[in-house]
Amino acid sequence: MSILPYIGIVVTLIIVILLARPMGSYIARAFDYTPGRLDRWFGPLEKGIYRIGGIRQDNQTWKQYAAAVLISNSILILIVYLIFRLQDKLPLNPADIGAMSPDLAFNTAVSFMTNTNLQHYSGESGLSLFSQMTAIVFMMFVSPATGIAVAIAFIRGLAGKPLGNFFVDLTRALTRILLPIATVAAIILIGLGVPQTLQTGVTAQTLEGAQQQIATGPMGTFLAIKELGNNGGGFMGANSAHPFENPGGVSNMLQIMMMMLVPVSLPFTYGKMVGNRKQGRVLFVSMMMMFIVMLSVSLFSEHQGNPLIQQAGIQQGTGSMEGKEVRIGVEQSSFYSVVTTASETGAVNTMHDTLTPIAGMVAIGNMMLNTVFGGSGVGILNVLMYAIIAVFLSGLMVGRTPEFLGRKIEGKEMKLIAVTLLIQPLLILAPTAIALMTYPNTISNPGYHGLTQVLYEFTSAAANNGSGFEGLSDNTIFWNVSTGAVMFIARYFSMVTLLAVAGSLLMKKPVPETSGTLRTDQPLFGVVFVVAVVIVGALTFFPALVLGPIAEQLTL
Amino acid sequence: MKNQASVMNRELISKALQQSVIKLNPKLMMKNPVMFVVEVGLLISILLIFIPNAFGEAVSTGFNIAVAVILLFTILFANFAEALAEGRGKAQADSLKKTKKEIMAHRVEGDHIVEVPSTDLRKGDIVQVSQGEMIPGDGEVIKGLASVDESAITGESAPVIKEAGGDFSSVTGGTMVISDEIKVRITSDPGESFMDRMISLVEGAERQKTPNEIALNTVLISLTIIFLMVVVTLPFMANYLEIDLAVPVLIALLVCLIPTTIGGLLSAIGIAGMDRVTRFNVLAMSGKAVEASGDINTIILDKTGTITYGNRMASEFVPTDGHSAQEVGYWAAISSTYDETPEGRSVLELMKKQGWNYDQELGMGAEIIEFKAETRMSGLNLPDGRRVRKGAVDAVKNWVTEQGGTIPASLQSNSDAIASAGGTPLAVAVDNTIYGLIYLKDTVKAGMKERFEQMRSMGIKTIMCTGDNPLTAATIAREAGVDDYIAESTPEDKIAVIRREQAEGKLVAMTGDGTNDAPALAQADVGIAMNSGTVAAKEAANMIDLDSDPSKIIEVVAIGKQLLMTRGSLTTFSIANDIAKYFAIIPAMFMVAIPQMQLLNVMNLHSPTSAILSALIFNAVIIPILIPLAMKGVAYKPMSSSRLLQRNLFIYGFGGVVVPFIGIKLIDLLIQWFV
Repeated sequence: MSILPYIGIVVTLIIVILLARPMGSYIARAFDYTPGRLDRWFGPLEKGIYRIGGIRQDNQTWKQYAAAVLISNSILILIVYLIFRLQDKLPLNPADIGAMSPDLAFNTAVSFMTNTNLQHYSGESGLSLFSQMTAIVFMMFVSPATGIAVAIAFIRGLAGKPLGNFFVDLTRALTRILLPIATVAAIILIGLGVPQTLQTGVTAQTLEGAQQQIATGPMGTFLAIKELGNNGGGFMGANSAHPFENPGGVSNMLQIMMMMLVPVSLPFTYGKMVGNRKQGRVLFVSMMMMFIVMLSVSLFSEHQGNPLIQQAGIQQGTGSMEGKEVRIGVEQSSFYSVVTTASETGAVNTMHDTLTPIAGMVAIGNMMLNTVFGGSGVGILNVLMYAIIAVFLSGLMVGRTPEFLGRKIEGKEMKLIAVTLLIQPLLILAPTAIALMTYPNTISNPGYHGLTQVLYEFTSAAANNGSGFEGLSDNTIFWNVSTGAVMFIARYFSMVTLLAVAGSLLMKKPVPETSGTLRTDQPLFGVVFVVAVVIVGALTFFPALVLGPIAEQLTL
Repeated sequence: MKNQASVMNRELISKALQQSVIKLNPKLMMKNPVMFVVEVGLLISILLIFIPNAFGEAVSTGFNIAVAVILLFTILFANFAEALAEGRGKAQADSLKKTKKEIMAHRVEGDHIVEVPSTDLRKGDIVQVSQGEMIPGDGEVIKGLASVDESAITGESAPVIKEAGGDFSSVTGGTMVISDEIKVRITSDPGESFMDRMISLVEGAERQKTPNEIALNTVLISLTIIFLMVVVTLPFMANYLEIDLAVPVLIALLVCLIPTTIGGLLSAIGIAGMDRVTRFNVLAMSGKAVEASGDINTIILDKTGTITYGNRMASEFVPTDGHSAQEVGYWAAISSTYDETPEGRSVLELMKKQGWNYDQELGMGAEIIEFKAETRMSGLNLPDGRRVRKGAVDAVKNWVTEQGGTIPASLQSNSDAIASAGGTPLAVAVDNTIYGLIYLKDTVKAGMKERFEQMRSMGIKTIMCTGDNPLTAATIAREAGVDDYIAESTPEDKIAVIRREQAEGKLVAMTGDGTNDAPALAQADVGIAMNSGTVAAKEAANMIDLDSDPSKIIEVVAIGKQLLMTRGSLTTFSIANDIAKYFAIIPAMFMVAIPQMQLLNVMNLHSPTSAILSALIFNAVIIPILIPLAMKGVAYKPMSSSRLLQRNLFIYGFGGVVVPFIGIKLIDLLIQWFV
């Protein structure tokens, strides 16, 4: 076992940690409605956009904000659906790719609008260049921007400020955060060897003299927003395991950093926006701890290798290499799998189907918890919901009506949160049970592993992650429609309920902080938060995990 | 009510046992969704006893019966907890009802008096009550003065004086006049009297769920639905793996996972919280008020009677030139030989404290000069002819000057110094000589300073209201350690302070008794009226202290906090328990199909059957085990929120994880011989 890959992991994490705070402050400033220096740089462009879009910039109520999110996103889903359905008649289709089937088009449109990027198609053979460049890339920008906007609105509510205007926030997320960073990242990635061309393929002569068609395309720009926006959908079916989508060690590290950048920064944005940086730091540290535990378990399990291969007499000195790219190696693959599931990106550089059962469980566990940083915006949204639950329980334990950031958490908020809490288990467990009962033939490896495949698919959809455990024949009407519905409900239900919570908290008179107040900016609260997340998550999914990865590991 | 029966007397328990069976009625169970789910599970498992293969493959009848019996007891235990809490209230109500017999009232109608039953009395009627008669209804004394025995409501046997006008004019129906005669104007219609309200309150008839209880209930329902989803989807997943899960096993898993512990105890905690307040001789008009008192940020306290004893006590002897402090004390003590006022007593106590003696014989047979408003002095004319006086400084000065004495130069400056420090100076003189001054101070009650410190650590601000001048007020405030004070305060000042604090988002509590306190009591989030106070004050308040002890507000706050803490702690405990239950049941469910699951059987339980039953039994018996805790509330010592959280998190969170591992293992060791 070499130490070098570990140095790579540590260095990557240190860079991410160092970037988190300044980036968090930058995001907070980007969404600050009081005029500042950033307005001078981005103002003219944004004003143009507002004028073209006819956007009035007044504050919205939570209902208006939620309606703006739902309506705009639904319209976009419809447009993109039509593009996929008509791609054979639209321009820029050099590879002559046919129209998508209705169910696959529905699934793909929802998938990309909800920042999931679950792909039941292979990019190089399923989408025209026009679809890739307009529908897919466009949504890859808009969906994380939507997530960030909603998170910012929610945080504003917690801070007792008006929620803001969705269209202004959406525009700012694009102009001030995603576009500039993605542009720089794309240039670097292209420099590292990622192709950027309108040519869809080159023909190569193999050593045996056969002709091989190698797909290419405008991948540099695609890749940048795929990682930065926690999208994760691959240009290629093989995603970041493909040498064009991930040429080497440096690009691998860069992708990991980009996936983590926005999710790790948002706790600091939150801290800054509510006027107490410690609030954000506690959540950041708590999540980082969970992340490190998850990563350690995954790495440990992968290093153990597969006992069956061991018995076959094959040395696994470097760990379980099954399904991994040799140029990437066990450590960076395992690291990538933890990051992509923690940040709900869903890009993969190794096939998660081939992870050791426990490493697979870490990946699935990250998505079940959905609070180990989580995706762009929605991650912090979910984290703050759990923080409110933690506040509620620990607030009672110190003998006061629980209050969070000076606002009382009462029946109305808890009702909304209690309903939101139900959604995730409902969207994961119920369809998993239905799929196992009705479509067992779509599973490639029957048994415990097959159960995990199904569980993973719906967990990925419900967490809006989008990575696949693969191994499922998932381009069927059942899988397309069911996962499409799961993605849609998972994404928007909690956005609406949590905006309602913000709207309700906003109306409350703040309670002054005294020594009797439960402090939410102290390490102790971090502990309560982690315990709440882990216990609720563990209790909900333990039986399913026992029948999937745990049984698989025990019976290896 | 003070001497109410002990927590668990026999009669109470047998009544509660009856009630816990009656409460099995599904219509009543619906009110508690968590326990209702258990009841549905019970019905299904009873069905399985008779039709074993109603839902697929049958398991042994013995197991079905065992599950049904344990579930039945789980529900009975929860019902028992609630019934017991309610029963304690009912017992109090019954003893109150006994005092509420039909009373004949003497209604004044014009010039003559008509005898009518008390139920015929209406608001505004005037009745005459003489010695030995019960007061027929709540009212206000409009004429006369009488001593009244209020032990029926307060439990205090010493009679209280009630007189027309002023703050001691309100009387309560059911109390007894033991001397003199009064005329009372009735202020309540039948069925709305104080006693009626009190009965319905302690009976819990009017009990409504408090906001906090509703919020917690929502969370519990949500958890129940989540676990319902977990358990309902599980057989489908298992089925895919060709593992059959028997319905009673699934019911056992479900019942273990849903928060039955807190679900079963939640209403008992609420009722017991109210009851604790009542037991403390404070009547809360609603559970909401008790809960709100836990959230109090600011308490407004009257100085006199709450913070200080209200009477001035000798704290120092200050001599004039040429005399010693001991001499001042000596003559002050002589002058106080027959003085029964608190000031006089305190002089003798101060002497004792200093260890100084005086000639007690000297005063024997002396002529006693009583304190009079004109002379503003008291003292003795000793048999040997010497005349000893103590009194207001200028009065004594005049008296001495009249006898040709001189006024010591330091007298004025000393007396000014005492006055400016908030004290009252009394001069001591014998004939034409002034010996010095007695420094009278309004003394802070013992232990108040510590209590205020505790309140500060709980994050509660204390504000003292006093009619004293700012100097005196400042001194007392400093000595008592209150955070703020209002000197020369008027009732309007109190309202202003309450409004100011509330504008900052704070919850304010106050106590009061006078009619002029009523608006402030109404404005405050928690207003505690003294039972001795006026009807107006009592109407405006949301709690009434039957003992009329204003410092009780502090305990009420603690009870409110304790109520919330008990709920939070038991919820945490209940959820934390699930971890151990999982480790008991999950391996047991799958061990036959997947033998390697033995690895998860960390408690090394005997067999799958014993494991499932042990978890289920633990889940049931933990409810009665925790009943005393639910009734008493979790221990609460005032401390900062972080330390409190740390402590409760450790006991109920960590404890909640560990205890069931031990408990389930022990139960397994016991029952492994039978299964």
